[in-house]
Amino acid sequence: MTPKRKRRLMITLFIVTGVSAATGLTLMSLNENINLFYSPSQIAAGESPHNATFRVGGMVVTGSVTRNARNLDVRFDLTDTVEQVSVHYSGILPDLFREGQGIVALGKMEGTVFRAEQVLAKHDETYMAPEIRDAINTANAGKPSAGEEDPY
Amino acid sequence: MLDNAPPRHARNWVWFHRFGSPEHCYRLSERWGPRAGVCAGALFMVGLYLGLVAAPPDYQMGNSYRIIFIHVPTAWMSLFAYVSMAISAAIGLIWKIKMGHCIARSCAPLGAAFTLCALITGSLWGKPTWGTYWIWDARLTSELILLFLYFGFMALDNAIENRRTAAQASAILAVVGLINIPIIHYSVEWWNTLHQGSTVLKLEGPTIDTRMLIPLLVMFFAINLYFISGLCSRIQCELLDSERSTSWVRRIAGG
Repeated sequence: MTPKRKRRLMITLFIVTGVSAATGLTLMSLNENINLFYSPSQIAAGESPHNATFRVGGMVVTGSVTRNARNLDVRFDLTDTVEQVSVHYSGILPDLFREGQGIVALGKMEGTVFRAEQVLAKHDETYMAPEIRDAINTANAGKPSAGEEDPY
Repeated sequence: MLDNAPPRHARNWVWFHRFGSPEHCYRLSERWGPRAGVCAGALFMVGLYLGLVAAPPDYQMGNSYRIIFIHVPTAWMSLFAYVSMAISAAIGLIWKIKMGHCIARSCAPLGAAFTLCALITGSLWGKPTWGTYWIWDARLTSELILLFLYFGFMALDNAIENRRTAAQASAILAVVGLINIPIIHYSVEWWNTLHQGSTVLKLEGPTIDTRMLIPLLVMFFAINLYFISGLCSRIQCELLDSERSTSWVRRIAGG
């Protein structure tokens, strides 16, 4: 390699490393803002913003969903398997909303209740055919404590 | 043996150094572009049949998940095209090889099209599945930045009058933008996002039914071959334009 090419290679590598380091540091310091949602544990620890709108994400606790028969009000609990937060929402839920499903809700804390303005379903990275899902359910039905350990 | 024949160690690399020759690259593109295009078309047919007809519906999303057979391969290719673009731009920048910049210029519109396709299909899928067309999470935002990087590369390259300066400036932009590629890929692991994590490229192995994985991979190869074929025709156009004063182009153009 001629000295001229070597110098150009060095300059390019220097620019790339410099910009990568700068971007890395920026992203690390912005970590809090890049995360889309807070977990129920973070809310319990008081890390979520007070009197401001933010997102909470977690799994809908099985058996916690109660709907009002006369309007669109719905109440459910969210968990990250450690802490729980109860959510109140009035509106149409996405198709994928169900117990055991991961969801992300946007709203504010009112006392100990999270009042949501928007509820989004989070899809996991598993794609299965319905008959396989049925087979797993049938297999799990035989075990006594299968409900809590459902990996999906 | 001729007196001016190159020494043995140099002759072994002649095949490699010929990639720097515009005429040689033109001939290669002319020969392989259409062949890759035909293979891409055939694989598209197979992939679409397997994906839209043969694959079973998803247990949660029903049939709407089938958009992944376009979304995932185009999203992968949007990253692949950017890496190809940045590497060829860097080669052009460091070794001052004309073909490097020519290939980078040819990659950009294709990569931008893949990115746009991934963003649009993703947002169409997001509405019924998540409940929203768009959310500013790390994955979606970094993919949008990728689209702007492609646009920026093309704009910068076309805005500067002097060809050499344009090539240098846009090559630096392409190489610096490379930092966005690992950010896009790992965004779903580093931060919590609405976008799900990787299904196929993960340590524990893919969490997708084999009957869905096969059409996904077929579509990936189809789009990859389409990229090669599109790249070949773009390279030909670029070379006919930039080398128009040379004798070999005059011969092809019949002038």
